Amino acid sequence: MNRQPLGTMGRPVVSRPAERVAELLLLLSAIASAAGIIFITAFVAGSGIPFLARTGIWAFITGSTWRPDHGVFGIFPMIAGSAAVTACALALGTPLGLATAVYLAEFAPRRLAAPVRQSVQLLAGIPSVVYGFYGLTVLVPLVSRVSSGPGFSVLAGGMVLAVMVLPTLVSLGEDAIASVPPEYREGSLALGATRWQTMMGVLVPTAKPGLVAAVVLAMGRAVGETMAVIMVTGNVARLPSSLLSPVYTLTGNIALEMGYAAGDHQQALFATGMVLFAFIMGLNFLARASSRGRKKR
Amino acid sequence: MNSRRQESLARVALGSAACLTVAVMLAITGQVLASGLSHVSPAFLLEAPRSMGREGGILPTIISTAYLTTVALAVASPLSIGAAVYLAEYARRGRLVQGIRFATESLAGVPSIIFGLFGFSVFVLKLGMGWSVLSGGLTLALMILPTMVRATEEALQSVPARYREGSLALGASRWQTVTRVVLPSALPGIATGVILSVGRAVGETAAVLLTAGSALGVPQSLGDPARSMAVHLYILASEGISMDRAYATGSVLVILVVLVNAATNYLGRRRVPGRRKHAWSRPSSSA
Repeated sequence: MNRQPLGTMGRPVVSRPAERVAELLLLLSAIASAAGIIFITAFVAGSGIPFLARTGIWAFITGSTWRPDHGVFGIFPMIAGSAAVTACALALGTPLGLATAVYLAEFAPRRLAAPVRQSVQLLAGIPSVVYGFYGLTVLVPLVSRVSSGPGFSVLAGGMVLAVMVLPTLVSLGEDAIASVPPEYREGSLALGATRWQTMMGVLVPTAKPGLVAAVVLAMGRAVGETMAVIMVTGNVARLPSSLLSPVYTLTGNIALEMGYAAGDHQQALFATGMVLFAFIMGLNFLARASSRGRKKR
Repeated sequence: MNSRRQESLARVALGSAACLTVAVMLAITGQVLASGLSHVSPAFLLEAPRSMGREGGILPTIISTAYLTTVALAVASPLSIGAAVYLAEYARRGRLVQGIRFATESLAGVPSIIFGLFGFSVFVLKLGMGWSVLSGGLTLALMILPTMVRATEEALQSVPARYREGSLALGASRWQTVTRVVLPSALPGIATGVILSVGRAVGETAAVLLTAGSALGVPQSLGDPARSMAVHLYILASEGISMDRAYATGSVLVILVVLVNAATNYLGRRRVPGRRKHAWSRPSSSA
């Protein structure tokens, strides 16, 4: 099916002014839709930069003390917290998500693939606050019982996030493997390789950029997740020392304090938002660059 | 290990991974529904909460959620359908189109807390709308825009070119072709985008909490604050007000998600046969 826009198929015979107006209106709505990201970027940068310029970006990022009441703003504990929770989520979620993706793309009989896809789609639709609630009522007590601590921890956050990133990993992972040209698969199978050998020797290496993109986007989701994380991580602005330590994340920092912050405190939260935004946009670019590398070959 | 044994082992391992994925979904929805459904009664849905939500129902939060979603759709639908029609039917390939597509795709990657921050400082503070249905709805509109643009564009692209050619050959103008031939055939796909957006707007918490507030009343106008069901669940659970009510509210949300899924699947089957074997409703970075 050709993806050519209609515009290249030839001008229509009728070209009343109304047609022009319609086209102009459509163009305007397209531009308005595109303007959203520009506004947000400009706003995030505009409200974060003055604060960072005053306190110094390095001091803000590496400062290990967050005491808004004393005017001390260092977000290193939150950066470490976000990193710890995300690493835990990816360590748990990536094997499961990519294995499910591989299964769906190559091994699953049609009758089994449908319910698995349905489940993943449902997981994608469940609101994050429901995940957080599940974590709060099931996982936190579980961690607490096993570790005889409070249970609000990196581990609880990582487990909740691992489930939340599954849809990204499975759907993008399956797409990546399914987009390998069929000749590759057929060639390998014709040479007598088993399905598994074909998968590991041909399909996964070829689909690697797409799989990497899936993991990077999953990472972005985990870093950006807010509600589920604040409900299970305990929100203590201290460097985590183990999987069982409570942590505060960048998102939690903003969500929990924005409502009442004022003055410098509010400015600092905008700066936190800017750090978060820059990091996630960087990840998104990385993912896009990675999957574009695949298409060129 | 010979290759046949390796093959069957791999099958078992991958199959178990897929089963585990399904099991996780069942465990979460099952737990919430099992603990919550028994508290969901007509009274729960139709009564106002008493003593901060410890007693009574959730009617105001249902109404607030509906208001917020309606405002979001009212703002985002015309914009995103217009944008998608322009991209799919009018635009020639070029810088402008690439830029617009890149911008909407980037918007899809923005985490919800950043939308919340933006909405809070621009709509709530700078434009003086305060914590209100309007601030929340506008913020949600920004968040669902990418989903709707993408779904509509895909729906338009899956309309066979011969429909357009036939219409144009009969002397219809491009606008007539788009409004009377292309859009009607793309309707199931567009509806899918709208329904997915409703799902996202209903479930969104962080951005709504920052922009619509958490006042527990029925908003009387666009300028009144509102507490959505998702925010209500968050407050009930995190402040330990009532776990029973929280489970019940969670059940209502899960049921809505299941309905949204069923609706998109139904529409997906009715679509004009597209290029893709199966259309993932791609998870955008909702949070």
